[in-house]
Amino acid sequence: MAEQHNPNHYYVPAQSKWPAVGALGLLLIAFGAATTIQQSTGHVQSGVPIPGWLILMAGIGTIIFMMIGWFGNQIDESITGKHNAQLNHSYRYGMLWFILSEVMFFAAFFGALFYARNLVMPWLSGDDVSTHDWLWPAFENSWPVLTTPDGKTSTTQMLPWGLPFINTVILVTSSITLTIAHHALQAGKRSTLNLWLFITVALGATFLFLQAHEYHEAYAEMNLTLHSGIYGNTFFMLTGFHGMHVTIGTIMLIVMLGRCLKGHFTNENHFAFEAAAWYWHFVDVVWLFLFCFVYWF
Amino acid sequence: MSKQWYKSGAWLAAMLFSAGAGAETQFNMTPGVTDNAHRAYDLHMAAVWICGIIGAVVFGAMFYSIVKHRKSVHPKPAHFHENTLVEIVWTVIPVLILLGLAIPAVKTLVAMEDTRDADMTVMVTGSQWKWHYKYVDADGKDLSDIGFYSLLSTPRDTFENYGGKTTEKSETYLKEVDKPLVIPTGKKVRFLVTSEDVIHSWWVPAFAVKKDAVPGFINETWTKVNEAGVYRGVCAELCGKDHGFMPVVVKAVSPEEFQTWVADTRTAMAEAKKAAEADVDRVWAMDELMKKGEEVYLKNCSACHQATGAGMPPTFPALAGSKIATDKAQIPDHIGRVLKGKGAMPAFGAMLSDMEIAAVITYERNAFGNKTGDAVQPKDVKAAR
Amino acid sequence: MSAVIHEHDHHHDDHHGPAKGLTRWLYTTNHKDIGSLYLWFAFTMFLIGGLFALVIRAELFIPGLQLVKPEFFNQMTTLHGLVMVFGAVMPAFTGLANWLIPMMIGAPDMALPRMNNWSFWILPVAFGMLLSSLFMDGGAPNFGWTFYAPLSTKFGPPSTDYFIFGVHLMGISSIMGAINVIVTVMNMRAPGMTYMKMPLFVWTWLITAFLLIMVMPVLAGAVTMMLTDRHFGTSFFDAAGGGDPVMFQHVFWFFGHPEVYIMILPSFGIASAIIPTFARKPLFGYASMVYATASIAGLSFIVWAHHMFTTGMPLAGELFFMICTMLIAVPTGVKVFNWVATMWQGSMTFEAPMLFAIAFVILFTIGGFSGIMLALAPADFQYHDTYFVVAHFHYVLFPGAIFGTIAAVYYWLPKWCGRMYSEKLAKIHFWWSIIAVNLTFFPMHFSGLAGMQRRVPDYAIQFADFNMLSSIGAFGLGIGQLFFFYILWKTIWGGKAPKATAQVWEGAEGLEWTLPSPAPYHSFTEPPVVK
Ligand code: HEA
Ligand code: HEA
Ligand code: HEC
Ligand code: CUA
Ligand SMILES: [Cu+2]
Repeated sequence: MAEQHNPNHYYVPAQSKWPAVGALGLLLIAFGAATTIQQSTGHVQSGVPIPGWLILMAGIGTIIFMMIGWFGNQIDESITGKHNAQLNHSYRYGMLWFILSEVMFFAAFFGALFYARNLVMPWLSGDDVSTHDWLWPAFENSWPVLTTPDGKTSTTQMLPWGLPFINTVILVTSSITLTIAHHALQAGKRSTLNLWLFITVALGATFLFLQAHEYHEAYAEMNLTLHSGIYGNTFFMLTGFHGMHVTIGTIMLIVMLGRCLKGHFTNENHFAFEAAAWYWHFVDVVWLFLFCFVYWF
Repeated sequence: MSKQWYKSGAWLAAMLFSAGAGAETQFNMTPGVTDNAHRAYDLHMAAVWICGIIGAVVFGAMFYSIVKHRKSVHPKPAHFHENTLVEIVWTVIPVLILLGLAIPAVKTLVAMEDTRDADMTVMVTGSQWKWHYKYVDADGKDLSDIGFYSLLSTPRDTFENYGGKTTEKSETYLKEVDKPLVIPTGKKVRFLVTSEDVIHSWWVPAFAVKKDAVPGFINETWTKVNEAGVYRGVCAELCGKDHGFMPVVVKAVSPEEFQTWVADTRTAMAEAKKAAEADVDRVWAMDELMKKGEEVYLKNCSACHQATGAGMPPTFPALAGSKIATDKAQIPDHIGRVLKGKGAMPAFGAMLSDMEIAAVITYERNAFGNKTGDAVQPKDVKAAR
Repeated sequence: MSAVIHEHDHHHDDHHGPAKGLTRWLYTTNHKDIGSLYLWFAFTMFLIGGLFALVIRAELFIPGLQLVKPEFFNQMTTLHGLVMVFGAVMPAFTGLANWLIPMMIGAPDMALPRMNNWSFWILPVAFGMLLSSLFMDGGAPNFGWTFYAPLSTKFGPPSTDYFIFGVHLMGISSIMGAINVIVTVMNMRAPGMTYMKMPLFVWTWLITAFLLIMVMPVLAGAVTMMLTDRHFGTSFFDAAGGGDPVMFQHVFWFFGHPEVYIMILPSFGIASAIIPTFARKPLFGYASMVYATASIAGLSFIVWAHHMFTTGMPLAGELFFMICTMLIAVPTGVKVFNWVATMWQGSMTFEAPMLFAIAFVILFTIGGFSGIMLALAPADFQYHDTYFVVAHFHYVLFPGAIFGTIAAVYYWLPKWCGRMYSEKLAKIHFWWSIIAVNLTFFPMHFSGLAGMQRRVPDYAIQFADFNMLSSIGAFGLGIGQLFFFYILWKTIWGGKAPKATAQVWEGAEGLEWTLPSPAPYHSFTEPPVVK
């Protein structure tokens, strides 16, 4: 079906049930999550007779079902050559703009970190004389904030040069190995591709394992928790959302590995692989910022 | 005639009444009674005029065109669609106009934010839905023993006109409090504004002072009132259900009168303290407690827990039939809850006397169908403090 | 499941004509179907949001509390704002984008049609959740559409959690919709359709989409922090743990200010399409219009704290945000002047779209003037959180965003459904609306200046007259919009409306007018030639 690359043809997909399934899935997830949280507070919303987590699980199941169906559909179309160059471009642009929106999501939390650190801390500790003298006389400025202004929680700093640094090295390396894999794909060297892609996945998994270990240590030994004031808040929200993104990225790479092993993709046509790779690089760059501003400075 | 008709008649009457009773209608911003308020007013008027003139020119050109360049009059349209010079001109002119506005605005802003060299300091604390004023110092003298809450004094009956009820509403409707803030004229008064729960905003239009009360932070602002008088304002930041019922009233008096007021207030406070101590020593009879309790309840508690004690679950729990208000074993908890608060329940320990708290607790335990027969005495409250 | 349109395949019409029944709408990948869904959804939300506004206005008709309890009043204010902003204006614009962008740039459809369908169907889901909160214990969200912490965190009702997840869903929907628009514009333009040849509606939407992608994720971040503050022990917005309630406002308004331009830029594009058509004269200063739109968008990222002058920001911050905000008048002024210059020496007729477009220019400018006044921080200390602000934003939103949409609907409706609306009825709609809208919102300037604060269910006697006028106007305005529905219904389904030609308007130019009316199911199956 080579003529599909003729630019005079437009590609228009037929009807699809997957978006509607996806909307249903999101409804169940959102409603289920909110209900779970509500039920955990002891306020049981009337009209929701079943546990929220069941709804949540049903939603996640629906979304997985949708992803399998929708992506399966895409893969079929791609393999049978229904996609054309223009559509490929659309996917690429789409992915890039999606990544920009993800960047802005992290920007919100980095914004909170910088605001708290560079403005709120000095105000509470004396730059704002009245606030300090009247409300938080005992509070002293330091970053990380080890004792909260109300003096109720104390914690310890997570030092950068241990585990976090190792994790930095791992992630940067994984970006390199992924690029090697990509070049191998472009050059048609399938076994090299599979090897380096596998190494990348393994590095991602190691990162996650170490991150989990770090969290465990923070909770069990350092009293650094999500509850320990603005330092713990920003620490866990930023690293947590990052970790979530690494998890998603790793799953994407595992799927790509599976598809590579199955012999999908051609030297030129491998958008899905590229999208996963971009995502991975994005996650990597976010980590570099995290390492600098959450752990190091 | 059916009841409905009667009701709508009442409505109509209410409508006419309120329209007729309308005060002298104010269209514009108040010029106020402080230098800063005058400046804000002048800036506002300058902006109004500038916008008015630009509007007249732009809309004038447009209407001219609408009249003269309609198809019936001007059937052959021109075809020009670019002119760099014109574009530059109408970029530069607005920039110049804006500069003309920005310069006085910057000057005024700098002056307004300058809280240095105050003669006197007052701490203003907002909480749902009342203001607390604490005098810090004046002319170097410590005034920190003076402090009080300031609550809406319009009875709820006056504004709760459900079901076609009509009530007489005064000129100062919704803008009257039990105890106004008193400050001297001609002195630079610095306000330290903060909050105990959500964000409120302390606003007196006549001073051009509006400052958010942010919990955990103190914002500073100031005023220097030129004319004695009573100035009314409101809470200007949505702060929950009774945001509309949280007025600010400031009485500006001459410095001499202010001295007298301080002395009087101190005497009154000393007397009240003595009376409160006497209250604690005395054992109160049930009906005395109930009477006082109802009064305290309606003023301080009914906004949340409702006059019927039914509350507004799940946000504001019902007290009618509530375990804490009916179980004898929980009397200490009940006292503790009112004294110290919990979550969105404010602490009343600093606001009410032992006697008042004892009375309101007794009331809660014996009103709304709670028939415990418990009489809580002020000394119990004192012991729990 | 999928197919490709072949040059020589003459069956593609039956192949790709609309399916029948409910699944046509549920499973559709067609930009016109999705556009219609968006538009009808928006109209429904507009009526619901309007209904909430009518509750507000009924309570404020006279002083005293007559109809609703204060806590319910706050829920009405909150839902009115949220439903109008996220449910009416934004989806209406997305609907227009769906209908028009492919036709204007010579594409068959949006670039990512399946995702397009997904973006739409998330919306009813999100608003179903938001509106269901009205029936929950403790009622709907009651903290204003700006949901400032800690009123929304520590003090929010239980339904706040449903609200939070609902906002997440709206955000996902908007981001996907925006990605689709950007990709369509970047990648689907017909050969020869260079960026500087694109109609301004496409340009303004391209920039709007960029704004959406930049700020919707930040809103998601804000509600996420709210959620963790409420339930997972964080203290982003609580000084006791080192946070700051005002930080919430910074995050919110970093989203919120660009958001208000999201709600106006497409209207700018609409006016720039309609005014030249009825003036029979090309748009004056096309290039400067593009640059002005881009400048407005750029500036919109650095003015957000003008909503926060009273929060106690440091003086330097107040000065910075005041000056930057004032600067926005310059590019906006360029746009207004360009519209007037387009009319100048034209040969104008005044059909309904033109009437609404002219009213848009005038009334939006009035709203812009009050915006500039609000930008003056020392004066804003007096205006802030009063009905003066309410007057300001309704002038830019109702005659701005809504009149823009109405103008667009009249203008392109014949293209969409192949039939002409009744000019006579549309003119009645126009004059009725223009009187009602001013009667509703102009008195609010006065009550605000005289000191009436926002978001209150009751007010001092001195404001009674203005409020009564506003309330009467509001009910009139509402009836006027029901009448609009009647006009639409009659045109689309009434059967008697006259057929429209392809060109429709004598002075209309642009690719969409080269298509027959109604436009075929797939706009351009082959790329048109752009001169
Ligand atoms: C479509 C939506 C929209 C638009 C386009 C605007 C446009 C503007 N807005 Fe508005 N605004 C809102 C929606 C919008 N706003 C909303 C919803 C709120 C309230 C939110 C809430 O609190 O709930 C708000 C609140 C708001 C505030 C906060 C008020 C307060 O709470 O105290 C301020 C303050 O600066 C402001 C300013 C402006 C300015 C300067 C513009 C400018 O873009 C206007 C520019 C236009 C012109 C100036 C007219 C044309 C220009 C000329 C003819 C040139 C010559 C003119 C001069 C030289 C003056 N707006
Ligand atoms: C695009 C946005 C938009 C639009 C179109 C409107 C439209 C209207 N708004 Fe708007 N308004 C906002 C956005 C908008 N508003 C925002 C953001 C706020 C701030 C919220 C906050 O403070 O948090 C606000 C706040 C606000 C207030 C202040 C509330 C307060 O501070 O407590 C008031 C008060 O009068 C008001 C009135 C109106 C009126 C009368 C209309 C009229 O135009 C409505 C016209 C009426 C209709 C369109 C109804 C038609 C329907 C029927 C007649 C019934 C049929 C119904 C069904 C079939 C379901 N609005
Ligand atoms: C600003 C609103 C508000 C006001 C005013 C208020 N309360 Fe409360 N009250 C609450 C809230 C909210 C709770 C629930 C606290 C919790 O359990 O988290 C509460 C709880 C209580 C309880 C415990 C009820 C139970 O079943 O647990 C008592 C008793 C009580 N209030 C008494 C009073 C008294 C007496 C007053 C007046 C002097 C008063 N309240 C004024 C909001 C208020
Ligand atoms: Cu306090 Cu509004
Ligand atoms: Cu703004």
